[in-house]
Amino acid sequence: MSMKYLHSRNRAILREMVSTDFKVRYQGSVLGYFWSLLKPLFLFAILYVVFTYIIPLGKDVEHFSVYLLTGIVLWNFFTEATMQGASSVVARGDLIRKISIPRYLVVMASSLSALINLGLSLVVVFIFALLNGITPSFTWLLILPIVLELYVLSLGVSFLLASLYVKFRDITYIWEIVLQAGFYASAIIFPLTMVPAEFHKWFFMNPIVQIIQDARWAIATDTSITIWSTISSWPVVIPFVIVITAAVIGYAHFKKRSPYFAEDI
Amino acid sequence: MTDSTKKDIAISVRDIRKEFILPQSKNSSFKQSFVNIVKKNNKVTQKVLDGVSFDVHKGDFFGIVGRNGSGKSTLLKMLAGVYTPTAGEIQVNGGLTPFIELGVGFNPELSGRDNVYLNGALLGFNRNQMDEMYYEIVSFAELEPFMDQKLKNYSSGMQVRLAFSIAIMAKNEVLIFDEVLAVGDEAFQRKCLDVFERYKAEGQTVILVTHDMEQVRRFCTRAILISDGKLIKDGDPREIADLYSKLNLEQISKESGRSLDGDQQDSDFVTELTAEGDLFNLTSGANLKLNLKWNASMKADKIVVNLFKNTGEYIVGLAIPRERLLSGEVTLSLSPRLGMGKHLFTIEAYGKESGLIGGIHHAAEFTIGNTDIDGIGGWSGLLALDHNWS
Repeated sequence: MSMKYLHSRNRAILREMVSTDFKVRYQGSVLGYFWSLLKPLFLFAILYVVFTYIIPLGKDVEHFSVYLLTGIVLWNFFTEATMQGASSVVARGDLIRKISIPRYLVVMASSLSALINLGLSLVVVFIFALLNGITPSFTWLLILPIVLELYVLSLGVSFLLASLYVKFRDITYIWEIVLQAGFYASAIIFPLTMVPAEFHKWFFMNPIVQIIQDARWAIATDTSITIWSTISSWPVVIPFVIVITAAVIGYAHFKKRSPYFAEDI
Repeated sequence: MTDSTKKDIAISVRDIRKEFILPQSKNSSFKQSFVNIVKKNNKVTQKVLDGVSFDVHKGDFFGIVGRNGSGKSTLLKMLAGVYTPTAGEIQVNGGLTPFIELGVGFNPELSGRDNVYLNGALLGFNRNQMDEMYYEIVSFAELEPFMDQKLKNYSSGMQVRLAFSIAIMAKNEVLIFDEVLAVGDEAFQRKCLDVFERYKAEGQTVILVTHDMEQVRRFCTRAILISDGKLIKDGDPREIADLYSKLNLEQISKESGRSLDGDQQDSDFVTELTAEGDLFNLTSGANLKLNLKWNASMKADKIVVNLFKNTGEYIVGLAIPRERLLSGEVTLSLSPRLGMGKHLFTIEAYGKESGLIGGIHHAAEFTIGNTDIDGIGGWSGLLALDHNWS
């Protein structure tokens, strides 16, 4: 009974926090929620023009525009979720200092907002894929477990960063730099084929590369290099182990520090 | 402790302590962390609570009283689960709704309506439950025409009304209120007091933190007094309220270097009591006139004249009408049909949010030596009441 009550209470809080987030974000804009769709749409249009006509990096890759957009959408989600997640506890300091709601709800709420945005962007990606002449296939469904893996990774990183940020405010600047470097190290705006083949297995140790390449394979083109076609022995599990480890360590640290958030903020 | 008494306990607090690491030694940046690593043991801690124990029983209207900085807010936050005690144990039996502050999570950019749902969720209600209560909340707050406006366009009084109206919907075993009545206009405050009256009648367990001794005397069934992180006294709310007023006035007179007792020349208050008859041998029902002058620039939000019997019974507290507060002078006329013995007046002045700001613990005294009243035969007690036998 009390467990059930607790769950429904937490769901209600999450729902209100996420909806507040959206309401406040589009406060006063004429097009409102439409911007959630328009923003990725215009980003895609710009990237399409730049990478098809100006810097044709991917002229060898089939459906390069869709390939590129898939990567950028997933990367943007990772950036948005972890940056907002990192500051979520401090940003909701007013709540944390005054009421004893479970602290993880605050991080969950910010990551769910990012996840909803990802969902909207992916809708646009699929529309774009159809316009590009890609035939829908069952492999598109693989995007669900792929997004789940990325979500777990983002949540784990967010928990760790959020609890560190309470006492150590430099962490968001450090993380921003890590993300800048990660953007290029994760082969997002260039095809992995531009990297010498012997380095591919090292790239795939980065879970983001594994995730994005899998998503590209599933949506854009089965010529996309994946971890499965690159590594055939046990190291293939390494990116997954990293994701799970990040989630466990992130949450454990968060749990250990959360009783002191109210006084440390 | 037997099982039956254990069951009656709503909150049990055992020897809790709380220390804070003071902000100047917080590791909030590289440079400071580096300095702290080099200079070990640089931590400055502040003891806010030092070994406090008490039990709140089910059905108690429990007052927590203390000056600003006494540690009562920290105690409250630990009861609410916001802070974790450095040592000691807090056990809460059943659900607890804390209103450390009203309107937690209110977002000025959202409409009144959205804020009701948001705040409701934080208090533990889901959407369906909120749909059912929505009308009741809005009508209690008297804000029907404003619900679609953004909260930032509300006056602070309107915001408090809305927040309080949501808060009283909470139905948990224990409710905690922290200084909730410090704001809002008089009419709304009266409404809030009615809610407290209802809680008391229903036997709802309530923890009330307040500076207002009148509220403590009126509502609380038990109270504790906290000073400098220690529990000074646990017991009868009237005794606690008197002790608080006394300690407070002593403190104020110490700080301002003047005596409030006896020597009234330097005080913000001057009182003069006159009566028809000898002040030391009055008859019950005799006319009393208490002339009270005070320094109107002290900006009191409320001044209360209390009448006590010298054995400690609190007879009545009369608040000076608000519209007279700026005048600096009133005369209180009354003809109480009091019982035998010595009686005394005390004065308490309260600031808007700062609690007790001044007063006189021993403003004037008189003695009733004769309780023969026309029409009433033999009687005893504090006060004679109109009655008839048939």
